[in-house]
Amino acid sequence: MSDLTVLYDVPGPRARIRNWFYTALFLALLLLLGWWVLSAMAEKNQLTEDKWSPFITDSRVWTTYLLPGLLNTLKAAGLSIGIALPLGAVLGIARLSEHRWVSIPAGTVVEFFRAIPVLLMMVFANTLYAQFTTIESEVRPLYAVVTGLVLYNSSVIAEIVRSGILSLPLGQTDAAKAIGMRKWQTMVFVLLPQAVTAMLPALVSQLVVIVKDTALGGAMLGFGELLSQVREITANYGANTIATFTVVALLFVLLNFVLTSFANWLEARVRRGKKATGAVVHAGVTDTVEIEETPSKN
Amino acid sequence: MFDFLEDYDVWEAFWVTIQLTLYSAIGSLIWGTVLAAMRVSPVPVMRAFGTLYINTVRNTPLTVIIVATSLGLYQTMGIELGGGDSKEIGFRLAVLGLIAYHASFVCESLRSGINTVPVGQAEAARALGLNFLQVLTLIVLPQAFRSVVAPLANVLIALTKNTTVASAIGVSEAALLMKEMIEIESDVIFLVFAIFALGFVLLTLPVGMLLGWVSKRVAVKR
Repeated sequence: MSDLTVLYDVPGPRARIRNWFYTALFLALLLLLGWWVLSAMAEKNQLTEDKWSPFITDSRVWTTYLLPGLLNTLKAAGLSIGIALPLGAVLGIARLSEHRWVSIPAGTVVEFFRAIPVLLMMVFANTLYAQFTTIESEVRPLYAVVTGLVLYNSSVIAEIVRSGILSLPLGQTDAAKAIGMRKWQTMVFVLLPQAVTAMLPALVSQLVVIVKDTALGGAMLGFGELLSQVREITANYGANTIATFTVVALLFVLLNFVLTSFANWLEARVRRGKKATGAVVHAGVTDTVEIEETPSKN
Repeated sequence: MFDFLEDYDVWEAFWVTIQLTLYSAIGSLIWGTVLAAMRVSPVPVMRAFGTLYINTVRNTPLTVIIVATSLGLYQTMGIELGGGDSKEIGFRLAVLGLIAYHASFVCESLRSGINTVPVGQAEAARALGLNFLQVLTLIVLPQAFRSVVAPLANVLIALTKNTTVASAIGVSEAALLMKEMIEIESDVIFLVFAIFALGFVLLTLPVGMLLGWVSKRVAVKR
C-alpha cells in the first residue's frame, strides 16, 4: 500500500468542502499555538531584536562560538565514523564466520555493546582515561566521546553489515564456490560489493545517529561541541536562550540534511552503476537495527 | 567487594529509569499514532505538518531537545508542567522531551506498517462506505499495529537506553548515579560500570525477547 491515497476516495464536492473545513480548522489551531508561543516568548523578552540580531550582525558569535563548536562536532563525528565503519565491517563479517571461536566472541561483543547506552560508555571511558592514561585533560573528552561512539556504533554497524550480507541470495555464494573462489574471495569480490548497496540506507541513518550523539559529550563531559556553546553564547549575549537553541538545532538539522542528501546521491549512483539484488536493509528506528533476513517487504 | 553499594541507592536510580521509560513510551505511542494519522490524512496541511515535524525532530539530537526543555522551557519561559519541586519538574520535562523525540520514530514505524497492509483491505473498506477515519481506525491501523510490534520494540529498547540523556538536566536516573559513583569510588570503576551495564542489559533483553515472541504470535500470516 505504498500509494496512501487508497485510504480515502478521490474527494467529491462534499468531501472537498469538508477537507477545506479541516484545513482551515487545523491552520487555525496551528496559528493559535504559534500565537500562544510567540506571546509567551514576548512576555519573557525573548523576541526583542537584541536577542536575535547577534546571529546576523555580529560575526564574532560565529567565529568564537558556533563555528569552533561545529568543528568539534565534525571532528568527533568524523573520527568515530572513520574508526567505527571498518571495525564494524570486521565484526560483522567475523560474526558470520564458520569458525565458532571467531563468530561467538564477535557476537558477544556486538550484543554486549549494543545493549548499553552510549552515554555510560562515554562516562566510563572518560574516567578510565583520567586514571590509567596520560591523555591531557583538554583532549580527554574528545577521546572519551570517540571511544563511546566507536564501541557502540561499530557493533550496530556490524549488525547492518551482517544483515546486508544475509540479505543476498544464496546462489551468489554457491556460484562463487562453483567457480572455485576461496572464502575470502567470495566475501571481498562477490558478497561485500553487493551488500554495500543494500546496506546504504541503514548505514546513513547510523551516521546521522553518530553526529547526533556527539552532543552527549557536550552535555555530560564538557566537550566543546555545538550544544555546549549554548551556555557560552547565552552568557555573553544577554540570555538569548531561545534564539541560541533555535540556531543550534537548525545547524544540526542542516548538517544531517547535508549528510543524508549526499548519501542519497551516492546511493543513486551506486545503484545505477551496478545491478543490485534489490534487497534493502532498513535502519531500525533510532539506534537499533531491524534485521530483515528476507528481502524488503515494502 | 560490594560494600560500597550500601552508600548508594542503585534500585531507586533504576526505578526512575523505568518510570521515565514507561511514561515516555505511552506518550510517544499516542503522539506518534496521531502524527502517523496526520501523515496519511486527506488534508494536505496536516500531511505537510507531519512531514516537517518528523524531518526536523529526527535530525535534532535528543540531547539538544532535552537540554532545551530545561534551559529554554523551564528556566527561560517559566513553564513548570504542574509545578512541584525542581526534581519533579525535571522529570516531567525529560518525559516531554523523550516523547517529542521518540514519537517521530513511532510514527515512521507505523507508516511502514500501514504500507504492509494489502491495498484490497482499504479498498474493501471504502467500498463498504467507510470514511477515512473509519478506514484508518477500524481496518488499517489494527492490522498495521500487528506487523510493527518488532520495530516498535526496537523503539522501546532505544527509548530505554535514551532515558540516560535525562541525566543531562539532572534527573536522578541510572546514568547520573553511575557518573557520581564512578567519580567517588575511583578504585572500583570497572565494577561500577559492570553493574550499570548489567542493569541495562537486564532491562532491555527481556523486553526485546518478550516483544519478539509477541510479534511472531500476532503477525498477520499472508
